[in-house]
Amino acid sequence: MSNFKSKYHDELIANAAYIGTPGKGILAADESTGTIGKRLSSISVENVESNRRALRELLFTAPGVLQYLSGVILFEETLYQSTAAGKPFVDVLNEAGVLPGIKVDKGTVELAGTDGETTTQGLDGLGARCAKYYEAGARFAKWRAVLKIGPNEPSEHSIHENAYGLARYAVICQENGLVPIVEPEILVDGPHDIQKCAAVTERVLAACYKALSDHHVLLEGTLLKPNMVTPGSDSPKVAPEVVAEHTVRALQRTVPAAVPAVVFLSGGQSEEEASVNLNAINQVKGKKPWTLSFSFGRALQQSTLKAWSGKEENVKAAQDALLTRAKANSEATLGTYKGTSKLGDGASESLHVKDYKY
Amino acid sequence: MSSFKSKYEDELIANAAYIGSPGKGILAADESTGTIGKRFANIKVENNESNRRVLRELLFTAPGCLECLSGVILFEETLYQKTAAGVPFVEVLKKGGVLPGIKVDKGTVELPGTNGETTTQGLDDLGQRCKKYYEAGARFAKWRAVLKIGPNEPSPLSIHENAYGLARYAVICQENGLVPIVEPEILVDGSHDIAKCADVTERVLAACYKALSDHHVLLEGTLLKPNMVTPGSDAPKVAAEVIAQHTVRALLRTVPAAVPAIVFLSGGQSEEEASVNLNAMNKLQGKKPWSLTFSYGRALQQSTLKAWGGKDENIAKAQAALLVRCKANSEATLGKYQGLLW
Repeated sequence: MSNFKSKYHDELIANAAYIGTPGKGILAADESTGTIGKRLSSISVENVESNRRALRELLFTAPGVLQYLSGVILFEETLYQSTAAGKPFVDVLNEAGVLPGIKVDKGTVELAGTDGETTTQGLDGLGARCAKYYEAGARFAKWRAVLKIGPNEPSEHSIHENAYGLARYAVICQENGLVPIVEPEILVDGPHDIQKCAAVTERVLAACYKALSDHHVLLEGTLLKPNMVTPGSDSPKVAPEVVAEHTVRALQRTVPAAVPAVVFLSGGQSEEEASVNLNAINQVKGKKPWTLSFSFGRALQQSTLKAWSGKEENVKAAQDALLTRAKANSEATLGTYKGTSKLGDGASESLHVKDYKY
Repeated sequence: MSSFKSKYEDELIANAAYIGSPGKGILAADESTGTIGKRFANIKVENNESNRRVLRELLFTAPGCLECLSGVILFEETLYQKTAAGVPFVEVLKKGGVLPGIKVDKGTVELPGTNGETTTQGLDDLGQRCKKYYEAGARFAKWRAVLKIGPNEPSPLSIHENAYGLARYAVICQENGLVPIVEPEILVDGSHDIAKCADVTERVLAACYKALSDHHVLLEGTLLKPNMVTPGSDAPKVAAEVIAQHTVRALLRTVPAAVPAIVFLSGGQSEEEASVNLNAMNKLQGKKPWSLTFSYGRALQQSTLKAWGGKDENIAKAQAALLVRCKANSEATLGKYQGLLW
């Protein structure tokens, strides 16, 4: 069978399509405890559960924001947390028409014999974990595979391992009612030009869709979370229209139209860059048989975090900053974003961290 | 690089897009000498060069037909033939706005250790042959890979060999200015249901596009010629809308939007079936980011051959029969075919 028929078949298709609703996208708030620690320390906030809870409450109750989101990706701890008043975050999201998602991978490990290439772990007991997350209210999942560009990278070995890991994860999710976001991130690190990134992206995505086919994944019940096609971080920047053209062309060459939506990662892009590029992507003329939207973490939260700095009295200003970015990206999915006249502190700051590890 | 950059890149893209023009499709007139012999035997016509030439002249000069076509696939012999008045067939086609194409494969051979599965040969010196055909006026090529459905078929070996043979042929064509039609035909023979055909078609097409990616083929400069998704020949028939749904879904799951057009083969379908099914596909609501058109051999020529019977006095009648099918299929590409009126 090309697809096994999950008992969740219709629901998977409906949820995946919903996430691709024009004008909406995903807030990636799934930073692991370690990663959120780095963010919190950059604003001098202690990395304790109550602060992590307070931050996420700030994000999910920010007035006017949830209307621009179709999904929020959560870390496991957050899935079971509640507002200060005692309302489960999952309920806050559901009531506002936002699907809760869950990060299910367990980080990367190096592939022996390669030059620092990695594969992603997390398959052990994944089915049982997905079933548990579904019961807790999650309706989609995310698994981040990581590849890099170098003189001999990505290797055929790395592409194969990451593609087949993603495919195995994807079908296990579908068996348990979760729409899998397939994320094969090709890191922006390096001096390569945009053509090189395009060639590698096309090769990696072709391998991913072959692996998904081999594993009988229902494409209509998946999402893709790729990098945009850009020059390397050590290479001169190009115009958003150039990023857009190369990105859409790479997707046209590799992503079957059965996939309802492509939700871009922001990589090291600043908040404003990410919005402007997404906007340009939606303005490209030509075949775009999938919604082109966002799944941004840093590019949605950077100025919010700075404005908050862990202080109660700053919550409103922080929530306003989040609203600015959420609205900007919503407009970008419609190709109507005109730029933000008053950029928040940090909105044009590059968020690139070399060899970024979650 | 994901695509090597052929010096013919812009031309390949333009020609592939042209073949997918709405209202047009391909006449597959590339029967090898042996195969056309079988058609001739059915209508009691001798299989010699002059009769083969007469038949093709009948087809290419049939009034009103060329405007329904964007391409004609030729067998090598025909590429170099002319009308009785001495006009090369290639010129007749070009003047009619029709791109000449050329069959370049050399038939199938069995794969040892399989149950009658095959691979297709023809890669030796293919580059030089393509170059020669380009000089003679050809602008696209065709290579037929064949797979079958059975208890253990198609096997992974057969899928791999046929997909990678197609990919190697495709990139060689592009190096030499010919748009490759990628044809992975899954035979309709068998008692399987439409769901089985859908699964196999999706598996085969996924393998083909992986192979094309590996071989750095420029998808915008290719065409796909697949089977429609139908029940096996020994299984009960289904409605055209069911065929359309299963077929389009299989394509949505496997064929990247960069491919400009899908030109269906007719397999064992009758002329009317092939038109009605194509029409149903074009009426389907939903995403269809490629043209859906025809590349028909038997389903365009069957009644024409019968009407002709090898006799000069029947040529006009035979050409009228061809026009009926050309128009039907042209309308089918627009979802406007109303079916036979009697």
